[in-house]
Amino acid sequence: MSATAWAWLVLLCPLVGSIVCALGYRVVPARAAGAIGTLAVGLAFLCGVAALVNLLGDPAESRHHASSLWDYASAAGLDIKLGIYVDPLSIFMVLVVTGVSTLIHLYSFGYMGSDAGYHRFFSYLNFFVFSMLLLVLAGNFVLLIVGWAFVGFASYALISFWYRRATATRAGMKAFVINVVGDIGLVLAAFLIFQQLGSFDYTEVFEKAPEVFQTNEWTIVAICLLLLVGAFAKSAQLPFHTWLPDAMEGPTPVSSLIHAATMVTAGVYLIARTHVLFELAPTAADIAAFTGLATLLVAGTIALVMTDLKRAIAYSTMSQIGYMVVGVSIGAYSAGMFHLMTHAFFKALLFMAAGSIISAMANNQNIDDMRGFGKAMRFTSIAMLCGSLALAAFPGTSGFFSKDEILAYATDRGGMYLIFTVLGYVGALITAVYTFRLVFRVLPGKPCKEAQELIDTGHLAHETPRNPATGEVEDTDVGFPGPEHHIAEQTPSMKGAMAVLSFLALFAGFVQVPGLDHMVISFLEPVWEGSPLAAIEPSTASSWVGLAIGAAISAVGIGIAYWAYVLRPEVPGKLIERFGWLHTFLANKWYFDEAIDLLVVRPALAIGRFANRSFERFVVDGLVNGTRETVGEAGSVVRAVQNGFVRSYALLLLVGFAGLALYFLITSS
Amino acid sequence: MNIEWYLVLSSLLFTIGAVGILIRRSPIVILLCLELMLNAGNLALVAFSREVGNQQGQVFALVVMVVAACEVVVGLGLLVAIFRRKLPMNVDDLRELRG
Amino acid sequence: MFFIAAIGAVGGAIGVVAARNPFYSVLALIAHLFSLAVLFLLLTSAFVAAAQVVVYAGAVMVLYVFVVAYVGEGGESAWEPIPGQRFLAPLLGIALFVELSVAVLSSALKALGTHGPDVPAGFGDPAAIGTLLLEKFLLPFEATSLLLLIAAVGAIVLANKQKSKEDDAPGVPAQRNLVQGGGAGLPSPGTPAKQPGEGSPVAPPPTQEARA
Repeated sequence: MSATAWAWLVLLCPLVGSIVCALGYRVVPARAAGAIGTLAVGLAFLCGVAALVNLLGDPAESRHHASSLWDYASAAGLDIKLGIYVDPLSIFMVLVVTGVSTLIHLYSFGYMGSDAGYHRFFSYLNFFVFSMLLLVLAGNFVLLIVGWAFVGFASYALISFWYRRATATRAGMKAFVINVVGDIGLVLAAFLIFQQLGSFDYTEVFEKAPEVFQTNEWTIVAICLLLLVGAFAKSAQLPFHTWLPDAMEGPTPVSSLIHAATMVTAGVYLIARTHVLFELAPTAADIAAFTGLATLLVAGTIALVMTDLKRAIAYSTMSQIGYMVVGVSIGAYSAGMFHLMTHAFFKALLFMAAGSIISAMANNQNIDDMRGFGKAMRFTSIAMLCGSLALAAFPGTSGFFSKDEILAYATDRGGMYLIFTVLGYVGALITAVYTFRLVFRVLPGKPCKEAQELIDTGHLAHETPRNPATGEVEDTDVGFPGPEHHIAEQTPSMKGAMAVLSFLALFAGFVQVPGLDHMVISFLEPVWEGSPLAAIEPSTASSWVGLAIGAAISAVGIGIAYWAYVLRPEVPGKLIERFGWLHTFLANKWYFDEAIDLLVVRPALAIGRFANRSFERFVVDGLVNGTRETVGEAGSVVRAVQNGFVRSYALLLLVGFAGLALYFLITSS
Repeated sequence: MNIEWYLVLSSLLFTIGAVGILIRRSPIVILLCLELMLNAGNLALVAFSREVGNQQGQVFALVVMVVAACEVVVGLGLLVAIFRRKLPMNVDDLRELRG
Repeated sequence: MFFIAAIGAVGGAIGVVAARNPFYSVLALIAHLFSLAVLFLLLTSAFVAAAQVVVYAGAVMVLYVFVVAYVGEGGESAWEPIPGQRFLAPLLGIALFVELSVAVLSSALKALGTHGPDVPAGFGDPAAIGTLLLEKFLLPFEATSLLLLIAAVGAIVLANKQKSKEDDAPGVPAQRNLVQGGGAGLPSPGTPAKQPGEGSPVAPPPTQEARA
């Protein structure tokens, strides 16, 4: 079978899995739904591998195939096909998405075991994987937007999965609204592309673009900026990032899949895919790069003071995606994608470990209450350590190689881009500090009461179920988390998934060691051929210098964290006292939520209220109610004829007869 | 007499019957007026039959008589049933079918 | 002769419409029917005239007499509930008469102005009619006999049941609404839900014992 045929199968499997889990929720027993979901995505992964093998059989220049099922809309100059585009970039994304998704499905199989909405969860999760694959495999902008929108919906459905929690539904709505803003940008960009280039198809657009546009012409800059709006909303970059921390209201597997490994990387994929357009609009590319840099730093600083475990990891995600955005904006496409892959591994792993710990803490997510889990949960703490080492770019781990790849490229490009290198390393330092802040606060030390209970009895603490954000007491029925909590040590499926990811987090970097092998770069190279930026390749020597600097910084960061949280635990307290204003500023997330509320939300609500009072009430309601009243009046007038009196009916009858007779008399005379 | 006199007479009787239906409220009288109208029709039929020279009109008139008889039977049966149920014998008070 | 009979017919008709007591209306109709019989004779339709007297004036009117005697109806109130009816009806009548007369008098039928063609001797005799009935109009003849049968059965059905429901029928309180409400036709609050057939005077309720 050809690569495209396998690709269609890749799309089909999770879709079928989603439908089966959704429709069969009465018929299929609970665990079977989980198995079906996991199997579906696993099959998709295998089909992806088969497509890869198939693709590798082609010579490098011709490793791109488009295939379409049918013409979706073909009239008046539009020619949109339901088509996919299989090339190294899409297969790369497919493998990352399906691979990590399979492991996360496996994790959820155990983690969501006692939840009343088990079927619904796996149906949504499979649907999400399907939409993400659709996004990645799309061969034209229309299908991309379709996948984009589906992914947004799936994210909404999964964030507000525990739908009877008010905080969860609000978070879901927030995420969806911000995503829709991004969708608008994307759709407008697509319109502009069609207007300028006359097609939605990738191959045609990317061929024609260099001929039609001059460098930095305002149209292409506008297109790229609109694409960026979409990308940033999806990937939680400034200023569209406020939904991501709130999205932690969803179950941990959701955070791990959507908000670490896959959905938030859609923006990065978009920029990489449309790199041709961005190279024609360097202004937009620079704006993207600087936004990514800003996000990197802002998110890193916020993560330093976050006390909610999942939210801290969420800000870390934001920060790392900032790295990826910087990477694909300045031209380090393969490096950016490599970091995407390694980040998927270790971030998913970190979320999984966090989920395990939070389960042990009976859904309490505050790290102030957590201590001593190193002793209580051996496996989880080892997994967390692996993930953290990779995140902090400890030498030898996957994160080490991938992050520094990007920074080495920035150095090589030189000029203004050295800012990225410098600030990128600053960011790496902050990353190391906040990562190991979490590690050193949660794992070592005298066990907290939940951990102690685990050590002593081997059972989990089960307090009254509470909403972790507001503290109010909750139910455990449908729409809320289930009554049981699952930790990795007791659930084999969780253990298996985390083990695989730990291995990958530690060792996946070795596919791309500078000077030794460059599997990722050489695989992805054909995608960017013809691009002047992608041709810049840092030399082995400069790469190793970068790696050395990175290693040093990572070690320093870990050391700082160790000193502040293990050796001298009173230091953070004193720092907070002394720099109180800074701490408050960071703890309030740089006041972005408040700013958006003031600048966007309140004016919008005011406009809505005004429109309701003025236009809606008079014009729309007037039309509708007026019509209703007119019809009603007319009806009552006509209704008066039927008064129930036989004699009046007889009268009418005879009147009619007389009238007819008159008519015939007149016409026949 | 010319046939047209009979026809005019027939239409006169017909209209008297029609007006009677419209004016009277007792069901019995209404049925009687209905008989008037039917008989007017019969007269017209027989007149035409004589005018054409054909006896088919008379046969038709006979059939009309039979139908009238049946209708009277059923109508009076209804009337008797209404009376038995102690409902008012007044066409205006039986108006459940109002819209 | 024609005019006498005509005046009799019209007089009878007006009597039917105008009489207060329904019994007088019946009598007026009988007079009317006899006049019509005379008119039929004038039109050489002997058999129809005879049938008119025997069937119509004889049987049907007797039936009416029986019913009027049984029902014993009195007069009607003067107040007219339908606005405009008393005014419009005569107007309509005049209009109708004028129209029909115009239709008749101005029609193009040639024979109207004459007595009609010369007819053979047996025109309108029972023999002639009988032949027609049994030869040309056999099907209508049989159909009418069927119709008569159905009417007879219908009469029996209508007259038959309700014996046990007559006096203290549970539907009766609901029937009272037809007297008082006259309007909405909704059952009073205390009435239990009835089957659709119960409220109407015609259809027998299925719970009724069959009275063959």
